[in-house]
Amino acid sequence: MSTLEIKDLHASVSTDDGPKPILRGVDLTVKAGETHAIMGPNGSGKSTLAYAIAGHPKYEITSGQVLLDGEDVLGMTVDERARAGLFLAMQYPVEVPGVSMANFLRSAATAIRGEAPKLRTWVKEVKGAMSDLGISEEFADRSVNEGFSGGEKKRHEVLQLALLNPKIAILDETDSGLDVDALRVVSEGVNRYRSPENGILLITHYTRILQHITPDFVHVFAGGRVVESGGPELADDLEKNGYERFVREAAAAS
Amino acid sequence: MTTPEVAGLAPELAGAKEGQGEKPVLSAGERFTSYDVEAFEVPGGREENWRFTPLKRLRGLHDGSAALDGRAPVTVTAAEGVTVETVGRDDARIGEGGTPADRVAAQAWSAFTEATVVTFDGTPAPLTITIEGPGAGATAAGHLQLRTTPFAEATVVLEHRGSGVLADNLEVVLADSSRLTVVVTEEWADDAVHVTAQHLSVGRDATLKVVSVSLGGDLVRVSPTVTYRAPGGDVELVGLGYADAGQHLEQRLLVDHAVPHCKSNVLYKNALQGRAGTTDAHTVWIGDVLIQAAAENTETFEFNRNLVLTEHARADSVPNLEIETGEIVSAGHASATGRFDDEQLFYLQSRGIPQDQARRLVVRAFFGEILQRIPTHGPGGLPDLRERLEAAIEAELAVTGV
Repeated sequence: MSTLEIKDLHASVSTDDGPKPILRGVDLTVKAGETHAIMGPNGSGKSTLAYAIAGHPKYEITSGQVLLDGEDVLGMTVDERARAGLFLAMQYPVEVPGVSMANFLRSAATAIRGEAPKLRTWVKEVKGAMSDLGISEEFADRSVNEGFSGGEKKRHEVLQLALLNPKIAILDETDSGLDVDALRVVSEGVNRYRSPENGILLITHYTRILQHITPDFVHVFAGGRVVESGGPELADDLEKNGYERFVREAAAAS
Repeated sequence: MTTPEVAGLAPELAGAKEGQGEKPVLSAGERFTSYDVEAFEVPGGREENWRFTPLKRLRGLHDGSAALDGRAPVTVTAAEGVTVETVGRDDARIGEGGTPADRVAAQAWSAFTEATVVTFDGTPAPLTITIEGPGAGATAAGHLQLRTTPFAEATVVLEHRGSGVLADNLEVVLADSSRLTVVVTEEWADDAVHVTAQHLSVGRDATLKVVSVSLGGDLVRVSPTVTYRAPGGDVELVGLGYADAGQHLEQRLLVDHAVPHCKSNVLYKNALQGRAGTTDAHTVWIGDVLIQAAAENTETFEFNRNLVLTEHARADSVPNLEIETGEIVSAGHASATGRFDDEQLFYLQSRGIPQDQARRLVVRAFFGEILQRIPTHGPGGLPDLRERLEAAIEAELAVTGV
């Protein structure tokens, strides 16, 4: 049973004017079997949290801890974090021209599983997972994310989630830019991944994905930290009243 | 400028004629050629034809100061369907492939003492020819001609290895209805300089495929010129180059469509990987395609892609398409230079793929498209070569520490 612990995490982004603090003391624990939704206004630092945990070089951790099953995540390289069981479904998946999706998926699965998957079962596995997400087979031969629509990119992020089966998945605005059908398909993919062994940190601006993926916990993120936590009912409150109260409070606090 | 602008005028061919000055010529078809080195002025480095080439590193090939007294041995073994001859300068066949179009090619032509002529007849087994550099500090001029008889079908690998400086001309003369695949590898030692002109002459209904692989050497400049002697010719030129820190790899192509119903397809890919504190890794690709007025029903496409893996690298790419008739099937050209950037690296790593593997994945995929053009099966198949070149590319990656 896995646990991701984020303890008093502070992080800065490097800008032309020097480092700019974004995360200001994030505390959060995600256990296997739990789905946590992080909701917050634009610019509150939600995506920074996701990228900081994944190890994006643009963000510098200034203090705090991130532990996966007690192991220090921040001391690991980006690929080590992934192999340790962390996964980040990105808001803007990166295009990698020249590398086919098939080649990429197999390389990733080989790295994560520690050995190359057996070819016959692998092909079946990939085809099945693609079909579950309504991805046509021709995508296997296309370059990673190159020329994909927003919805196609998100489907492929969830495809990777399905194939790599991480301990803890961080989904960064996986719902953004999706039409209703795509949102349903992608949500179903996430729900298939949900299990007592897996934890999810779902980052979103809107509540509509929570109609499809019911969270166990909802956290409001503002001013670079979690300002309020509750159950699914907190999302309803946000739906009704918006983020304004939290934005004001965060502004007053900083 | 008083010279009228012509659509598609090849800028680097400006001044190719008349002493290679800066006066533009109107067309790639008007490019000056001569067997005589003295007919060309010594380039100063500002000419379009030479402006990308670091003349200081040419070891005197361009200004007459190279002694050219070394020997670059050609190793080839005759086999069934393959005739190997060593001939003098006066052999009637020499020059059938084409005429030098720059001073170094003319220098080599003026200096060589004997040429190797390899003739393919029928359907011989794949042949390997090795050209060894003259050795560190030495300079040499060479001449090789590959020719086919009508209806011949052959595959030949031309490997360049060793140290030293070599200027040479390669003539490839395809008889009517013959098919030839040539794989040219530049696998030189770090010190080597190779400036080579390839004269590719294609007969009626003949098919030529050239796969160029540039890996080694300090400076390697390859200038292929394709001419069609009669209709029905089909030419595919593909190439890859991997430029490390300090390396200069240059490819200058001219495909001259002067007769109807011919095809050409050009695809070159270069990867560059430099290092701080040394000369930039540099690739240059010049692709000129000329469709002359008589060349109706031409079908042509050319594409250059460059992958810049690191800082301290520079890729120059100049595709030119010059069309003098509208009665063609298709004509296209494209060039794209992309960077392997931190975001791509982060994305691949975030899926568990270690940094070195991520870089290899990208380079391997990038070059795969070229290497897969090397036939591995069938009568002209080269099962081991592709594997060997893949290994050589891996070794390059390892040397540069990625």
